[in-house]
Amino acid sequence: MADTPRSFQEIILRLQAYWAKHGCAIMQPYDLEVGAGTFHPATTLRSLGNVPWAAAYVQPSRRPTDGRYGENPNRLQHYYQYQVLIKPSPPNLQDLYLGSLRAIGVDMDLHDIRFVEDDWESPTLGAWGLGWEVWCDGMEVSQFTYFQQVGGHDCYPVSGELTYGLERLAMYVLGVDHVMDMPYNDPDAPIPLSYGDVFKQAEQEYSRFNFDIADTGILLKHFEDAEKECAAILSHDHIDPKTGHKIVMAQPAYDQAIKASHLFNLLDARGVISVTERQAYIGRVRTLSKLCADAFVQTAAGGAT
Amino acid sequence: MPDLLIELFSEEIPARMQAKAAADLKKLITDGLIDSGLTYAGAGAFSTPRRLALSVEGLAAESPDTSEERKGPKVGAPDGAIEGFCRGAGVSRDSLEARDTGKGEVYFAVIEKPGRKAADVITEVLEATIKNFPWPKSMRWGMGTLKWVRPLHSIICILSDEAGAQVVPVSVEGITSSDTTRGHRFMAPDVFSVTSFVNYEAKLKRAKVILRADERSDLIWSEASNQAFAAGLELVEDKGLLAEVAGLVEWPVPLMGTIADDFLSLPPEVLTASMREHQKFFSVRDKSGQVVRFVTVANRETADQGATILAGNQKVLFARLSDAKFFWENDLRIAKAGGQDWLDALKNVTFHNKLGTVAELVDRMAALSREIAPLVDADPDEAEAAARFAKADLSSEMVYEFPELQGLMGHYYAGHAGLSDAVANAAQDHYSPLGPSDDVPTAPVSVAVALAEKIDKLTGFWAIDEKPTGSKDPFALRRAALGVIRLVLENDLTLKLSTLIKGEDLLSFFHDRLKVFLKDEGISHDVIDASLAMPGNDDLLLLVNRAKALAAFLKTDDGGNLIQGFKRANNILSQAEDKDGVEYSYGADIKFAEDDTEKALFKALDAADANIAPAMAAEDFATAMSAMADLRAPIDAFFETVQINADSEVLRRNRLNLLHRIRTICLSVADLRKLEA
Repeated sequence: MADTPRSFQEIILRLQAYWAKHGCAIMQPYDLEVGAGTFHPATTLRSLGNVPWAAAYVQPSRRPTDGRYGENPNRLQHYYQYQVLIKPSPPNLQDLYLGSLRAIGVDMDLHDIRFVEDDWESPTLGAWGLGWEVWCDGMEVSQFTYFQQVGGHDCYPVSGELTYGLERLAMYVLGVDHVMDMPYNDPDAPIPLSYGDVFKQAEQEYSRFNFDIADTGILLKHFEDAEKECAAILSHDHIDPKTGHKIVMAQPAYDQAIKASHLFNLLDARGVISVTERQAYIGRVRTLSKLCADAFVQTAAGGAT
Repeated sequence: MPDLLIELFSEEIPARMQAKAAADLKKLITDGLIDSGLTYAGAGAFSTPRRLALSVEGLAAESPDTSEERKGPKVGAPDGAIEGFCRGAGVSRDSLEARDTGKGEVYFAVIEKPGRKAADVITEVLEATIKNFPWPKSMRWGMGTLKWVRPLHSIICILSDEAGAQVVPVSVEGITSSDTTRGHRFMAPDVFSVTSFVNYEAKLKRAKVILRADERSDLIWSEASNQAFAAGLELVEDKGLLAEVAGLVEWPVPLMGTIADDFLSLPPEVLTASMREHQKFFSVRDKSGQVVRFVTVANRETADQGATILAGNQKVLFARLSDAKFFWENDLRIAKAGGQDWLDALKNVTFHNKLGTVAELVDRMAALSREIAPLVDADPDEAEAAARFAKADLSSEMVYEFPELQGLMGHYYAGHAGLSDAVANAAQDHYSPLGPSDDVPTAPVSVAVALAEKIDKLTGFWAIDEKPTGSKDPFALRRAALGVIRLVLENDLTLKLSTLIKGEDLLSFFHDRLKVFLKDEGISHDVIDASLAMPGNDDLLLLVNRAKALAAFLKTDDGGNLIQGFKRANNILSQAEDKDGVEYSYGADIKFAEDDTEKALFKALDAADANIAPAMAAEDFATAMSAMADLRAPIDAFFETVQINADSEVLRRNRLNLLHRIRTICLSVADLRKLEA
């Protein structure tokens, strides 16, 4: 079909164009290591409070335990998510979503698209929502969630969140069996690059590092530092003595929560966290997320007046 | 008599919630109609992934006028009281009637309530139903405050009769009722209007939506079976999956696909689990039982007859099964080396914070299995070996991925580890019985390990004081105790529980579970109490045999009457003992017997003694009880003719001692004092 995209990047570009056309602010990835697009402040923090919001962006995401040295056809420790957050969720969000699949070349007349119950919960963000995983011919291509609570706060208005696993979706649309074989740029470009050309070496390096090399002592120390720093940032008076303005530092504190979360993931990949400790670490990260959410709702962007 | 049609159209409702939601809709609406005095002839509720629907036929057009009388204060009561009464009853003071009640004049209010139109009642009932709907999980969306399972989009609410249909106005959260809905999301997305339930169902079908869940599942089942049959194969029955899939589609189109040859070496259970859990595929097997194909159920027809959909599903399955095969091959390497890596890994898996690791659990199970083995005719070495391997598969990659395959994978891996069939079977069966209808293992080694697993669990959680309370039983300890009970009874095991468990408390927990179990078998609680009060009540088989014999005995005429005779004897004796402050257990002497019936009773008791004692020693309760039944006539005759409280103190005491013999003999069989009349 003429409308079928030819490369990974074309799918990303089409999603960007589609959501831009439908009113989203196209944002750039957040500049910290995160486990999923949800962690981007444009989702987590902006879903709090009553200020309307619409954003879409690509977010590089890291899941150290999923590293397979670039060998597995669809498992990666570093991958891309495409994230859309609209608050309040518009009544036609399902139709908008289906339109985005059409935009990347999925022909609704030939495929079987299904919304299958899948409730979303993030224990480290203290967040949950109801929604579906979206299936295309039996394959999960997106997560569709109506946020009900974030950082322990009830969401009002409710945000609608869409998350696309880009590699998997693109492999499906492009008909590729191994992620490393997927064209990254146009196959007819002067220098055609595959996904493997771009990322295979990185997958190998990080797989080795994540599983065997990362210094657990340093990781632990950094985790504790981030935890301390997060609480310390938020303990400052809301009135900045220098400017005399109310400046709540929710976002700098949230950076520390993000760091703690990623450090926890790395520790987990190194296999040094026991089942019982695991819950305790998750609880510590959740505490930070909640503190940051509490702070954010006291800011203008968080709806404070 | 108009008919009512309601449809609540929303985004996709989770499959597992649809049937109950339809039933709840029907109950809430029809209850609300009845409460308002509106009768109806019949009602039916329906669900699809995107809609709940209710049809009420033959609804009364309006509720009848009602008149209620309310009694008020006395005539001449303070004004405040009378006015308060009027306010409460909603009537004016001059409409009150004064009536003589015989105790002075009293005001009565007559409250006339005119009937209401069905539409008015429906508006009220439907709005309340939507706002208070009992979804197991519900959510808000957009700017709204209404909670529904997923965003609610439109409401049909119409009353129709010969004259036509009329929309009943309903408004919830900015959604107002109409007579329109939509068809299939992709195949017929346009809005259309409906005039009645029959018209609604027919138009939905034209718009590629089958309203009835059972019609969808029948269609899936027959179409999928036909496709399998045409290929000389058989669809594997799976009712749970069928119900779920019927809740995922409005227009089911079963498509049969193939499984690549590479994966046919996998155990069929692994293929089925992988396809069922992740993909909601049905399995299709050949004559030998090997799963060779699958059926997926699409939600639409396509111009290419589902070719693209099937190709996509096959591709997803290929990736899934590649994972499963990878796990299987990795696991086989470890199994063939004896599985030691798995056993070592169990040292890092917590069973319970206070009960240590799974490796420690395995050690305890091994020791206990060895101890139980001789009691169940199992070889102790084999029982211990089986216990040691029973949990190995918990470390395997396959069970990590598909927890529901635990045990079954153990069975496969034990075989590859070169262990005996008995050990392999125990790895699979030692979790059983899991539910009341689950089969109970019978192979001795499996029985030993199954008992050890459950008894260790119970003693362990008892020791850390994590007993079930009320409806809370997070560790399924009731199920474990019932498992032990069924293992013992169905295998006819003579086993003294007190040698394996510690503490009266746990034993009485077993007894409570046994009561529940026997009640289901039709044995009443007093019969169980009468048996429980006897020595040896930690031997469940003995206990149950006694209770069953007693229950059977009580059903006979002799049994019922003997109990009356026993109770009479026991009451007279107990009263005398209380009064006299002694126990009449010196033994009665026949030489003081005056009456023939008294002498006959002596003889009958001697005979009963001679029969009952050996029967009891042999635990032959039926014989003992039939010997006891022989006492009925002599006891009845004795009470008929003999006065216990004779004038002669010697005669009286002798007779009381005779009653004591009745008591002793009867109580040697079961504690008949616990029986209710």
